[in-house]
Formats: sequence, C-alpha cells, structure tokens
Amino acid sequence: MTAPLLDVRDVTMRFGGIVANRNVSFCVERGGVTALIGPNGAGKTTMFNCITGFYRASEGQILLNGREGPQDIGALMTKPITGGSHLVTRAGIARTFQNIRLFKEMSVVENLLVAQHLVTANNLVSGIFRTPAFRRAEREAIDRAYHWLGEMNLVEDANRLAGELPYGRQRRLEIARAMCTGPKLICLDEPAAGLNPSETRELSEVIQRLCSEHGQTVLVIEHDMGLVMRISNHVVVLDHGEVISDGTPEHVANDPAVIAAYLGVSEEEVEA
Amino acid sequence: MEQNRFLTLLKQALLTFTVSLVLFGPISGLVLDGFSFRNELTRAVLLAAIVTAGRIALSLVGMTAFGRSIAGKAAGNGSGVTVMTGREKSPVLILALIFVAGLALPFFADKYFLGIAILALIYCLLGLGLNIVVGLAGLLDLGFVAFYAVGAYLLALGAQYLGLGFWSALVIAPFLAGLCGMVLAFPVLKMHGDYLAIVTLGFGEIIRLVLNNWLEFTGGPNGAPVPTPTFFGLEFTRTAKQGGVPLHDYFGIAYSADYKFWFIYTVLFLVVCLVVYAVERLRVMPLGRMWEALREDEIACRSLGVNHVFTKLTAFMLGASTGGLAGVFFAVHQGFVNPTSFTFFESALILAIVVLGGLGSTVGVIAAALVLTILPELLRDFAEYRVLIFGVLMVVMMIWKPRGLVRIQRPAFFPSTAVKDSDTAPLAASPEAAR
Repeated sequence: MTAPLLDVRDVTMRFGGIVANRNVSFCVERGGVTALIGPNGAGKTTMFNCITGFYRASEGQILLNGREGPQDIGALMTKPITGGSHLVTRAGIARTFQNIRLFKEMSVVENLLVAQHLVTANNLVSGIFRTPAFRRAEREAIDRAYHWLGEMNLVEDANRLAGELPYGRQRRLEIARAMCTGPKLICLDEPAAGLNPSETRELSEVIQRLCSEHGQTVLVIEHDMGLVMRISNHVVVLDHGEVISDGTPEHVANDPAVIAAYLGVSEEEVEA
Repeated sequence: MEQNRFLTLLKQALLTFTVSLVLFGPISGLVLDGFSFRNELTRAVLLAAIVTAGRIALSLVGMTAFGRSIAGKAAGNGSGVTVMTGREKSPVLILALIFVAGLALPFFADKYFLGIAILALIYCLLGLGLNIVVGLAGLLDLGFVAFYAVGAYLLALGAQYLGLGFWSALVIAPFLAGLCGMVLAFPVLKMHGDYLAIVTLGFGEIIRLVLNNWLEFTGGPNGAPVPTPTFFGLEFTRTAKQGGVPLHDYFGIAYSADYKFWFIYTVLFLVVCLVVYAVERLRVMPLGRMWEALREDEIACRSLGVNHVFTKLTAFMLGASTGGLAGVFFAVHQGFVNPTSFTFFESALILAIVVLGGLGSTVGVIAAALVLTILPELLRDFAEYRVLIFGVLMVVMMIWKPRGLVRIQRPAFFPSTAVKDSDTAPLAASPEAAR
C-alpha cells in the first residue's frame, strides 16, 4: 500500500470572518513521524482539531486511508444522531492535548481502561454477573494497560491517582492512554511543552520506539526544534494558516521562507 | 512571643465584638414599640459579649496542642480520593453481619421504628439512584423526584386502570422511569451540564403539576389509593380483597397489621442490597468507568472514542430506574399517593443525601440517607428548626468536608502474572538511549 495514511486536501477552516487555515494540503506517511511546526498562532492546533475531529473543516477533505479504504473525517462528524468526534477515534486517530487532560481523580490503570472501552465487555448484565467473557475481556484490558505502562516506564505508578503524578509522567501517561485505543495514527499536541531537557530526551526515545517497534504513525506539533529535527522524517511548516514549506527536516531547516517566518526578515529583503 | 500572641487575641476579640455589635444592634437592640422605638442596647452588648467570649475560647483552644491536632485532622484530608493497595481485608464478614442484622430487624423493632426503617431504605434507594447520575456521571439532576413519582403513580394508577399488582409494578417501574428519563434527557444531553439541571428542575415541576391538575385521571390533589401487596396470592388484609387468601387464614395464625410492614421491609431490604451490589459492580465495570471519566473530562473522553451522549443517557436512565423502584415502595408503604409527596423539597433532600455522603461513594450515600431520615424522627421536638439545622449542616460540610463524609477509594488493578515478567523492559534498554 503506497497511499499515505492521512491525506489532507485543501482544507480551509474559518471562524466567522477569521481564516485560521487556508488551503492546507499535506500527507502523513505510514510508519513515520510527521511534524507540524510553525510560529505561535499559525493555525497548527486548529489543523490538529480538524484532523482529530474536534472541528469540522469549512472546506476540503481529510481522508484516513484505513483497511476499508479512504474515510472522510468530516463526514464522520456530521453523521446524524450518532455522529461526533468519538467516531474519528474509532476510525483510528487518537490524540493527546496541549494542556494535559487526564482523568485526574481516577487511577493510572483506570485511565488506560477507559481508553479500551471498545474491546471490553460493556454489557450491563455480563458485568453485574461477572460472566467468564466479561472477566476475560477485563483481564486482557488490564494486561494491555500494563503493557503500555511498561512501554512508557510507568509500571510502578500503576495504582496511583493520575493527578498525583509528576508532570512529565502525566505526559507519558497521556500517550499511553491514546495508544490504548489501538490507533492507526496518533496525534501529539506539543508533547514536550513544560518538560525539562532530560524528560524531553526520554520523550523522543519513546516516540521513536513507537515508530520503530510498533510501526506506529505519529503526527506531532512541537515548538522544540531540537526534538523535531531529531525524531521526524517529514516536516510541514505552517504560517498564517498556510503551508509555507513541506519536506525532510534538512530541506525545511534550509528553506528561506521558514527562516523568514521564524526569525523575520529585514524590509529590503521583502521588497526584493 | 507571649506579648505578640496576647495582642492578636485582643485584636480578634475587638473585631468580633465590633462586628457582632453592628449586627445585633439593629436586630435586638432596637425594639419596635407602637410607632416608635424602644432602646434596648444593653441586650445587643450582652449578645456581642457572649459571641466575643466564644471567639476567644475558640482561639485559646486552637493554641493548645490538642486543638491544633483536631484542626489538622479536619483540614488535612487532601483531595479525599485514594487508591486501594489491593491488600485490604475483604469486608465480606462485616457485610454478611449487616445483611443478617438487616433481615432480623423486623423481629426486634416495633411498628413505629419499622416504618422509619422503611422510609430510610427508600431514601437509600433514591440516594443510590441519584448518586449514579450526580456522583458518578456528574450530571446535575434537580428533578429526581419526578421519577420517584412515576414509580409511585405507576402502582396507584396501574392498579386502578390496568389491574397491576405490587410485583408487576416493581418489574415495570424501572423500565417506565428509565424511558421517561431517556425521553427527557436525550434532547438536552448534548448541551452543557447547567441546561440539564434546569430542564430536570422543570420536568419535576411538570410531573407534579400534571398529577395535581389532571383530576379525571390521577385524582388530582385527592390522590389515589394503592392496593396492599400480595405474596404468591396471599394478602395482608384482614379479609381478602384482591381474590386471594388472607395470609393469617392460610397459616392459621392471628391477624396482625404488622405483617404487611414486615413483608415490605424484607422485600425492600433485599432490593436495596441488590442495587448496592449492582452499583458497586458498576464502579469496576467499563460503563461505570466511562461515567466517571465523563465527569472528570468530557473532551478527553471524546478523544478516546467514548460516545458521550449515549454514555450520559445510560447513567440518566439507570438513575431514573432506581428512582422509579423507590417510588413503588413508597406507594405501597403509604397505601395512598398524592402530589404533595413529590415537591421540589424532596428533590433537594435527595441531592443533599448524595452531596453529604460524598459524591460517588456508596457507603457515604447510605450513611447520609440513614442519618437524614432517622435524625428528623429523633428530633421531633425541634421540628420547626429541621430545615435550619439542615442548612447549617450543609454549610459546615461544604467548609470542612467538601468531598463528603466518606473518602472515595478507587479500586486497584494488577496484571495477570504472565505479562508482568516479560513485557516490562526498562526504557534504558532501548537502542536509542545512547543518543
């Protein structure tokens, strides 16, 4: 299969008169890390919310190429009655949040169990009578939760409250929780925000391991350029809601348009 | 140091005295006498002096080690949520003891006390139902009494028009109440929580007003009679009225009006036990976990693929079902229903039970239900001050124990042994660690 996992085609997002994204097009290749970067207010998070189904894009298509062929994210959201952003996750896109959104008063394992609600036995009767099928599903869910806790190096915190964990661990727990939904694409919104250098290094190892060992496709928004250059295979740069550069990290790093957007340019250069 | 402490004490006393004088001066210092005032300022000064003395006494106690330890205990409860260690002793023995004691209660209690016990258990049931909606799913429901009324009137009107008995009503009531809950909640669950509170408040009033005004159907303010329960065709009245055999004739024992209450109490107790079991199971089931996750963070839930509307709907319906169940017992216990039993005050009382017990805590809700129904009975002499005491209790609770009486404990989970050994490779062992 050569089709990219996620295909964003001419997406425009308007909030009333404000255009947050204009004709944005890019692809996310399978099994790699794609980074979405840009200065503050460039429309990265808006783009992210469109992809993860929290906003409905005003124009354009976002196609997820799953096993069942391409699926339009926007159409999932506007489905009558049952439609909504939860269907996007069920289609295979999981996400984390810029400001961590854990279930703070639930234990770490419970956070991961909630994420697996599609594979556990949700039937009321089977749960109350503890049928064998229910117990097997619960056991598998708990084992899967511990597997991801192991991957994220969080096993010793399994039975603590999520809100009690240090910040860096909460970040990793959020990634573990997103992974527990069994996604095709995981979207990380500024995963390194607020982390110290050693935690950032640990995080980059975690992301690289997701790709190399689990074949996970990752889309990441990040301001930490060191992290972006280190982990990503493909970088898309947004500025003022438009794609100004798209390519390998080396290509993007040397692109004059990107340098101009980040550092600014003098008057003469603009006129010239 | 000593001087300093004395000075703060003096300052506190002076401030308290001034504030209470300002408050008490107009209230009790000036007495209306015909068209003029009579000056009774000495009374105000006296009252203010008493308040100041109390304040100083409190401060002095607070300065001793004993007082400090009490204050520390009251304040130092943190978030009030802990995770179990998985090594707790199983409470089976205590639960079995409570179960047996509960079943044996009718043999020791007199009729008056049994009546209170039935009422307390009904409120337990209501509290448990509302706890699902407010405590677990975090949806504020101000009209819970509507579902209670649905259950009660189902038995009363069902017996009148369809010939339903106690048992069939007991089976149908949860479904009917759940259906009402669904019809009510579906349009508003997509919105933010506050709207739901207002809609449920309105629904509670609508049900009451309909019951009050639809004279031909519900009997209006005159209410409707409820038939006595039957047990496999045996009736609890002196002479059979529903085509069965009176219980005392069947067993050849003397008639007593208490048998009916014994029967209601026993069935109610068993139903409450079943509901408690179901609610406790729910907390470790995926559905219950999703409710609690929704209460914690709805956006995160959506990002995990949880259908938030559907999940809230299940919580609302299950809560309503439990309310309907309680309504059937209320009707059969009273033998008569009318709309005055289903006012907003009742909703507020149930909500108070849930809040007082600690949102989401089953033990807390049961304890609060028992306290809030038995206490007013014990305090019959202070009947006028009931609501006042109630309000003071709520304010005090919100200040010192905002998370309710009982600390919530979250269950602990452990992996099956197979995974524990193989899959916990430390992060440092990964090839990228060298970079």
